Amino acid sequence: MTRRLPKKDVAIIGLGWTGSIMALELAKAGLDVVAIERGPWRDTASDFSITTAPDELRYAIRKEMFLRPKQETLTMRNKLDQTALPIRQFGSFLPPNGVGGGGMHWNGQTWRFLPDDFRIRSHTIERYGAAFLPENNFIQDWPMSYAELEPFYDRFEKVLGVSGQAGNLRGQIQPGGNPLEGERSDHYPTPPMKQGYSQSLFTKAATDMGLHPFPRPSANLSEGYTNPYGVRMAPCTYCGFCEWFGCANYSKSSPQTCVLPALMRYSNFECRTDSEVTKVNLSADGKRATGVTFVDSERTEWEQPADIVLICAFSFFNVRLMLLSGIGKPYDPASGEGVVGRNYAYQVGAGAVGHFGPGFNFNPFAGAGSLGAALDNFNSDNFDHGPHGFVGGASITNAYTNGRPISYHPVPPGTPGWGAKWKRAVHETYNSTTNVGAQGSVMSYRDSYLDLDPTYKDPLGRPLLRMTFDYHPNEQKMANFMMQRSGEIVRAMGAKQVSTNALRVPYTVVPYQTTHNTGGAVIGDDPKTSALNRYGQSWDVPNVFVTGASSFPQNAGYNPTGTVGALCYWTLDAIKSQYLKSETPLVQL
Amino acid sequence: MRRVTGLAIGLLLLGGTGARADLDSYVQVEKGRYLAVVGDCQACHASAKGPLAGGRAIETPFGNINAANLTPDRDTGLGRWSAEDFWHALHDGHSVTDGHLYPAFPYNYYTKVSRADSDALFAFLRSVEPVSNPVDRNTLPWPFSMRASMVAWNAVNFTPSAFQSDPNRSAEYNRGAYLVEGLGHCGACHTPMNLIGGPKDSQHLQGNSIQNWVAPNLTNDSQAGLGSWSVDDVVQYLQTGRTLHAAAAGPMGEVIAVSTSKMTMPDLHAMATYLKERGAAGPASPAPLPKSDGQMAAGETVYIDNCSACHARNGMGVPDLFPALAGAPSVRQVDPGTTIRVIIAGAQVVSTPAAPTAPAMPSFGWHLSDAQVADVVTYLRNSWGNAAQAVSASQVADVRRVVAAPGK
Repeated sequence: MTRRLPKKDVAIIGLGWTGSIMALELAKAGLDVVAIERGPWRDTASDFSITTAPDELRYAIRKEMFLRPKQETLTMRNKLDQTALPIRQFGSFLPPNGVGGGGMHWNGQTWRFLPDDFRIRSHTIERYGAAFLPENNFIQDWPMSYAELEPFYDRFEKVLGVSGQAGNLRGQIQPGGNPLEGERSDHYPTPPMKQGYSQSLFTKAATDMGLHPFPRPSANLSEGYTNPYGVRMAPCTYCGFCEWFGCANYSKSSPQTCVLPALMRYSNFECRTDSEVTKVNLSADGKRATGVTFVDSERTEWEQPADIVLICAFSFFNVRLMLLSGIGKPYDPASGEGVVGRNYAYQVGAGAVGHFGPGFNFNPFAGAGSLGAALDNFNSDNFDHGPHGFVGGASITNAYTNGRPISYHPVPPGTPGWGAKWKRAVHETYNSTTNVGAQGSVMSYRDSYLDLDPTYKDPLGRPLLRMTFDYHPNEQKMANFMMQRSGEIVRAMGAKQVSTNALRVPYTVVPYQTTHNTGGAVIGDDPKTSALNRYGQSWDVPNVFVTGASSFPQNAGYNPTGTVGALCYWTLDAIKSQYLKSETPLVQL
Repeated sequence: MRRVTGLAIGLLLLGGTGARADLDSYVQVEKGRYLAVVGDCQACHASAKGPLAGGRAIETPFGNINAANLTPDRDTGLGRWSAEDFWHALHDGHSVTDGHLYPAFPYNYYTKVSRADSDALFAFLRSVEPVSNPVDRNTLPWPFSMRASMVAWNAVNFTPSAFQSDPNRSAEYNRGAYLVEGLGHCGACHTPMNLIGGPKDSQHLQGNSIQNWVAPNLTNDSQAGLGSWSVDDVVQYLQTGRTLHAAAAGPMGEVIAVSTSKMTMPDLHAMATYLKERGAAGPASPAPLPKSDGQMAAGETVYIDNCSACHARNGMGVPDLFPALAGAPSVRQVDPGTTIRVIIAGAQVVSTPAAPTAPAMPSFGWHLSDAQVADVVTYLRNSWGNAAQAVSASQVADVRRVVAAPGK
């Protein structure tokens, strides 16, 4: 029997970056807010002690803080004519579980997308002609420009305290920054991190090649910082335990360090952890959400009525909840119609590893999730794509996120995989190896999408989400191009031996690649090709807003979190300044 | 609905003798509400039944005493009390209901509260929702179970008295003195006690050990006291729970959360002025141990490996997050108990409106031995200009035994 709770103004599904920001800003505005989070409560003081947080076996190998497939998994196939099978151990991506979400165990690389990324379809047609777009593509312009989103990027960066060097400040190119970035209204809140020896080689080599390297923007802070919510952070110690770990030093921006301490002081906010929302409930005509149903850790079912429902879970689960709740028309690849599940995209990774030999001590253990130097010369449309025949681009980076003992032991090509020779090689090359890597865009296509699996179900009997995805020729060409550029740079840095990392095709869910899963509930100007309007509001159920990377029309050559945060503040602004006054669809057709 | 109205009329008819406060005494009630914050009444009288409903067991060296229900419930609270009764409790330590009060209720400080403030406090207490919460008020063992025994205690330790302002001092100093020595009852924790739990007046505010925490020296002493703090530092500490050299946790963290962070700036400034201007007292500090000392050298290695990532190699920490240990009075107390305790068991800093982040010192007790803790505490106490007595492994063992016990 479902028990009914007193009504709230706002029910938030998922307490990660966007859920916690929404909760804080709306609680501050005086609304009664509840956040319902599938995983456990976590805060720095209770969960990330400096004496236990850097435990590679517990967190990186056994993956303590991630979603378990027995809670929920996906089925996956590459092609429409295959039968999807369930992922029984998460590999290529690691969905989060618990308060803080992915924002708690991320690396902290906080990028803005480039202005051209927001109008990639129009821009590509203008410069290269419509025939240049790949076959079966669903590439879409974003429903807002970079300039419109800029103030919200700025706000998100100030909440995180991002460390970086501006490259284009109000149109003025700044020395040491990224001259190819979109125009910024302000500096980064804190100066860039200290770069290592390897980054100095990268910077020199790239500059000599006529490229434009810069320290990449980092949410591992270079110095102490107090954010606009009054929350205090400490300088990063370069311990190299960022990604997949909680930060014990209050140095990595996360909901725990940047938002929750302020949020938890509001008595009109409550959080229900270990509680999984199973459905957004709709009125009889399906045009209004009446609240959510959730199941607590004892499998008791509760109904939480609410005037506004904010779907702020990880991208996959936003899409699945919409499908399970009947919000928006499910996408059908046969007809090309429907919007929920459409435009699923991912990220391309390729690069080169340089083995430098004796005399080079890169000290990879002195790392940080966002420590590194990068360049954007091959990103977005910062170079002439004409001769190369692909759309999109990549940021190219030299970085040490970590040099952890279990996972980090690069060896030159030809080294045996175990035994005395392997041990000797690890000993000789641990400190003298560095890599240059490219993180590239993935376009959206008619046959890359998410829907409900016809066969496999979760423990509550609900169909799992099914992913149909593979890398298309456009992405393969791009990855190959970026791998060559990376190799040239690492050679110019002085590597004696270079091995390359090519894109793995077909796409496989086994080795870890990246948790940058985008699309499936995208924003747009046309309800035939987007599930959400430009403010992240459901076209079909106007008191439902959806945040997160699920709203990207396609993915760009960067980590998504900066844009996820900017979109969150953009949606929040629309809710506060427009929706709360009118309670109507914010875009009228 | 009709029945509820009837009950409401019934309450109104009871008038001034037994009902809740007059609705038009708003100013008086609000004044009392603020004074209840200053007096930190909730610290003892809050429980699961309500913020003033009593029932919480207050630890004393003589046994636990359950705090009284302060709500205006007629049978279990102060419902039958008059303003005069309340004044007698504050001023004389005598309850119309229970007889002699125990000094766990700090009437030896509250005796300085003015009658006007007492009446305002009472008006506020009349205005809160009555909560029925019967509290066993007689839990101490013999001979203290005989409340009349407090006559003897009072004879030694207590004389009802009014606050005397000092005409040679500023109004601000006198306001501060009234708050610190009266409702603030700072000395209840910060003044050493004699064998029967009375204050050692000759060592007023010179620091004390209570509930296995060290309540530091609050005189202007330069090593263990407030000598190196400015008035503004003291104000900042009381308001936010942070200064460069301090991060409030434990019992003082509670005081700041419930009481001082909600006080007005003029009152905080007055308290700080009084504490800073009333002079320095306390034992002289020793010469710092030389770097060549074996414990210092061993302590430094423990410090570099375990502490320096947050508190920094130079002991300066991160402002408003990780307190500087260089120049920190908390590590220079004669009694190193708090420093040892915090290293062994950890502690969480209080969250306040001005400083919402509540960072925690993690527990290192599970992987540092008694000797290692003794070495590192000795190192902290004698580095960067600090000077205090060396600490032995057996002192650490004593603290470890206490904090390992449940409920400590």
